[in-house]
Amino acid sequence: MPRNPIQVDTLPADAELEEDEDGTGEGDEIMEEVDDQEDGYTSSTPTSTVTWISWFCSLPGHEFFCEVTEDFIEDDFNLTGLNTIVPFWKEAMEMVLDVEPDEDATKIPDVSIVESSAEMLYGLVHQRYILTRAGLQAMIDKYENNTFGTCPRVYCRSMNVVPCGRSDTPGLDTVKLFCPNCNDIYVPPSSRFQGVDGAFFGTTFAHLFFQSYRELAPAPFYKPMSSGSSSASPKSSNGSSVPAFVNPNPHGGQKRAEGSVYVPKIYGFKVSERAKSGPRMKWLRLRPESPEELDMVDWRGRWINGDYDGEGDDDEEDEDRQMEDFGPVFFSVLNYDSHFSDTLVFLGCYR
Amino acid sequence: MLHRAVEEISTGSDSDYSSSWISWFLSSKGNEYFCEVDEDFILDRFNLTGLNNEIVNYPQALDLITDNLDDDIQDDFRASLDVQARLLYGLIHARWIVTTRGLAKMLEKYKRIEFGRCPRVLCQQQPLLPVGLTDVPYEKSVKLYCGRCEDIYSPKSSRHGSIDGAYFGTTFPHLLFLVYPTLIPPKTGPPTEGAASSREGVDSSGRRRRGVREEVQEVVASDGGEGVSTASVALKADRYRPRIYGFQVSEIAKLQRWQEAVRDRQVARLEALESRNEV
Ligand SMILES: [Zn+2]
Ligand SMILES: [Zn+2]
Repeated sequence: MPRNPIQVDTLPADAELEEDEDGTGEGDEIMEEVDDQEDGYTSSTPTSTVTWISWFCSLPGHEFFCEVTEDFIEDDFNLTGLNTIVPFWKEAMEMVLDVEPDEDATKIPDVSIVESSAEMLYGLVHQRYILTRAGLQAMIDKYENNTFGTCPRVYCRSMNVVPCGRSDTPGLDTVKLFCPNCNDIYVPPSSRFQGVDGAFFGTTFAHLFFQSYRELAPAPFYKPMSSGSSSASPKSSNGSSVPAFVNPNPHGGQKRAEGSVYVPKIYGFKVSERAKSGPRMKWLRLRPESPEELDMVDWRGRWINGDYDGEGDDDEEDEDRQMEDFGPVFFSVLNYDSHFSDTLVFLGCYR
Repeated sequence: MLHRAVEEISTGSDSDYSSSWISWFLSSKGNEYFCEVDEDFILDRFNLTGLNNEIVNYPQALDLITDNLDDDIQDDFRASLDVQARLLYGLIHARWIVTTRGLAKMLEKYKRIEFGRCPRVLCQQQPLLPVGLTDVPYEKSVKLYCGRCEDIYSPKSSRHGSIDGAYFGTTFPHLLFLVYPTLIPPKTGPPTEGAASSREGVDSSGRRRRGVREEVQEVVASDGGEGVSTASVALKADRYRPRIYGFQVSEIAKLQRWQEAVRDRQVARLEALESRNEV
């Protein structure tokens, strides 16, 4: 099948990444992305010197894919069941493996149809490959090169994330990013990933990855560092001043977690949970200070000793007292008719 | 009455202001999060109390942002003055957006989703609000607060990542939801259209804007958001559950059970509080 030669080094993979981060607003990225995709697909197809696989992985938006080895794809066992999902199976296989097609292949009306079949074939094989030892190894290399980016949550302090899907079936949802610190998933910051199917990474990979590399998985408990340097982010977990971190559970995550949780404040006072707009979601990000506290909850999610009232809920009492002092003052100000805005500014000085 | 007139002009057309320092500042790339501070707010010295200690060449910086600076000023001095003027505007802005009129202006921007959307998948594109981690300038860049997951995120774009968080302050988004409790986002389902729920601070139907002060008083008088209880809203929040071949990951599942037990305890506490208040 004829292929137009391209110069691989003109592919704008890295340049795009920079530009996207710097130049684009929140709303105006989508248009730009569409162009990327089209550039990638229609105007350039690989030369004979570059394999289809490495060409595919070098396309803008395909940065998260690793290169699946050809012998993995050639082993029929690894492809079990896929031939019923992927149309033009034989032609797609030939394209992915750079095999010269049979002469009678002219019955296929449009190369782009085979191209999309090849993409689906490669994506679904990729979903399986990254669950193998070799695939995990390929992905950890990308992880350590920060290819997948970092968690957007401020208190995860730029923890590296991994790609994941919300479904293993293609065509349902785009790729997301999983953060091992907050155990949550995020939309990739660049819209060029909006065309990448989440099933090509699957639901299992992210978690198998952190099960396999326990030293990269943050532990489920967190004790703030004693003093002084605590706020200055213990980023260098191997740093000499920071004591080595140990999770008593040998099967658990062996990395020190980033455990700070955001505390909303109004004029320096914590917003009380008694306020209608008070905090309701702190639990989502909270970790207990010690592994023993995790055992205070049974498998049904109930406190074993009835109404447990220990740490983790730090000084809820304190908060309330503070806000009670503050609340009435605030509301009397609101009810006071004139110069409301000026008085609010004045209140700011209370801090 | 003066500020009304100013508002009319500013909402009328941009060209009226094309020569002013503030409109130049607001239209500069990267300054999209800022709203326009009403001129009469800046001209009321009471609102600027203490800022003269924070800013070098304070009188000239103030003249610059109010377009009263002499033209015969030297270029190199003007350049350094510009840095001070930005700092001054930023600090005034932090005070302005926690006033009724300032809150209303930021609310308009929020409804137009000018601060982006929450990157957390399960927040379903909830619009965000800017927030600072400190009120002291030159310490931390601006972050974005999500009213649904109640957490803060870094802006996607580096041109927003370099804006000083003190120009928005630690209080703003929380005051907004305290004053407008009907705008507190639901914990589940897609966000209501235009970031807002039923109550409209600004309406697009051609009817002139209601006085924000009246509206705030109304909300406060009605004890904020009527009988709507937020005691148990957390139970509706979706969360992600990691799975390997369909099975939960044990250590993470254990942490999530603990977190949910903390959640349930808070719900019980708030519901008890509520029923006590009803008696
Ligand atoms: Zn995170
Ligand atoms: Zn959110």
